[in-house]
Amino acid sequence: MSAPMVNATRFRAAHQEAWTRLEAIVTRIEKRSVRALAEDDLLALPVLYRTTLSSLSVVRETSLDRALQTYLEQLCTRAYFQIYGAPGNAWRQIGQFFASGWPRAVASLWRETLAAALLGMLGTVLGYFLVRHDPSWFYSIIPSEMAEGRDPSASAQALREVLYGGHDSDPLATFATYLFTHNAQVALFAFALGFAFAAPTALLLVYNGLTLGALTAIYAQKGLTAALSGWLIIHGSTELFAITLAGAAGFRIGLAVAFPGRQTRLESAMSAGRTGGTAMAGVVLMLLVAGLLEGIGRQTIQVDWERYAIGLTVFIGWLVYFYLPRGRNALA
Amino acid sequence: MRWPKLRRARGKHSLRRQFVTPEGVDLRLDLAGAGERATAFLIDAVIMLVILIALTISIVLAMGSGGASADSALAIIWLLGFFVLRNGWFVLFELSGRGATPGKRLLGLRVVARDGARLSGGAVLVRNAMREIELYLPLSFLTFDATSSRLDALTYILAFSWVALFLFFPLFNRDRLRVGDLLAGTWVVHAVRGTLADDLVGILTVRERRTFPRAALDLYGIYELQTLEDVLRRGSDDAVAVVAASIRAKAGLADDGDDFGFLSDYYAALCARLERDALVGRRRENKFVAAS
Repeated sequence: MSAPMVNATRFRAAHQEAWTRLEAIVTRIEKRSVRALAEDDLLALPVLYRTTLSSLSVVRETSLDRALQTYLEQLCTRAYFQIYGAPGNAWRQIGQFFASGWPRAVASLWRETLAAALLGMLGTVLGYFLVRHDPSWFYSIIPSEMAEGRDPSASAQALREVLYGGHDSDPLATFATYLFTHNAQVALFAFALGFAFAAPTALLLVYNGLTLGALTAIYAQKGLTAALSGWLIIHGSTELFAITLAGAAGFRIGLAVAFPGRQTRLESAMSAGRTGGTAMAGVVLMLLVAGLLEGIGRQTIQVDWERYAIGLTVFIGWLVYFYLPRGRNALA
Repeated sequence: MRWPKLRRARGKHSLRRQFVTPEGVDLRLDLAGAGERATAFLIDAVIMLVILIALTISIVLAMGSGGASADSALAIIWLLGFFVLRNGWFVLFELSGRGATPGKRLLGLRVVARDGARLSGGAVLVRNAMREIELYLPLSFLTFDATSSRLDALTYILAFSWVALFLFFPLFNRDRLRVGDLLAGTWVVHAVRGTLADDLVGILTVRERRTFPRAALDLYGIYELQTLEDVLRRGSDDAVAVVAASIRAKAGLADDGDDFGFLSDYYAALCARLERDALVGRRRENKFVAAS
């Protein structure tokens, strides 16, 4: 026959069956999951993928049929990401996060954590002495809607009321949820701001410390320091720790972008970002715990020493979980 | 195992990137452009808003019907729903097997790790946590009432241009990376589900194909052949007529009235000829390269 044969025609005849099967399998994984595959499909997947990939190489070299080449490129790309790029089993990932991902990420941030804690303390001391020295500072540090009547002119009785009163108007669980979502959002924000070379995160940490110091100062004037500490520590040991960690993760990404060291800027940003992201998932969980302690624990437990005991126990628990050295086997 | 290397494909502003698999084949990924990314995000934002409004309305309607404890449960649902919608929407969808939110899926996009490895939870989380400064921060500036605050106009403008820098970050780099992509080591690529188009040459069995003189097949190279393929596959009558007429005129062939038949025969003949030449090392990229 004189009719011309092109390579694409011959090639389609030889391999189209494999391509169609691969396409069906990949579509099935995309629509449902790997678990939806029959056993022989699962076994055939890598073989079909390599066959199609080699078809792509051959077609690129020998065939001029662009539609065929595009089709094979798209099919191989989809198959590649299902085989090499899929995020894996969700439960195993979650288990891995708690067993090693989270504590490792936090432990690797220890320098930044120390710096963030120092900044927070600096703000606290500053706020305390500013307000002790001149009570009018209080009004510029804490906005009046946040103070809820706790200001230098309040009586000791009124101040004590806040510490032990409980929120009668707010059902406890709702209050806890509100605290959690609000704090988690602020923590994510503080973390994200770290990208701007860490400076806004540092300011946020200092400001957070300032409000704490200012509040302590007005309670100290009325001799209520110990009671306030109990009120704060029950959830604050978790919440302030979480905020410090969020700040630390923010510092890490800011510093990694500004001073990449021997790595390229992109690589350095990437490894810092992934560590920071893992730590932030943990921070959100810590704030959930803090919200529960604050919204429910604090309102139902009214005795100072019990508040101290709970707050300190939880804090030591976090320290052990994050920083206790682990053997390699335990982490693998 | 060796992970794919990243190197830029040629072409200065092209969004096509070389991406070599461990098997050694370059997949040539197409990155998503800024416009597509923005469209996908807007679709997601609209869906999220609709869900939020529906949630709010149904909770407001259900309020007050079941006593105080039911009300507080509803309030908790709303608070958590809002939080999960705002922070979890992108994270959960991108961590699923498709690696795409509904908006991205509609546009045929997906998020992948730049090194081709698995997309980790930490990466997806940091990628989306950065929306806080890329999106919500500029947004809060827009809703911020500048006249009633103590900030003067200059401070406001400076602060706004600072946050706009994060918002328009993808326009300042070649790979269209958001700040979040940069930190997570991800990028957004096209992952279209294409179907295999028909073979233009092999389907003909009923009639004998036209034959062409050698001079007529010397006219064009690969670029023109693939343009002709596009014309045939789109099948627009006008385009087929125009192209057929111009090829006949150039090759000095008579008009036999069947434009489509003429063009597909010419395509088949030219394709066979160019492939044969390419196989022996005489690849002719376009018509400006001399025929052998």
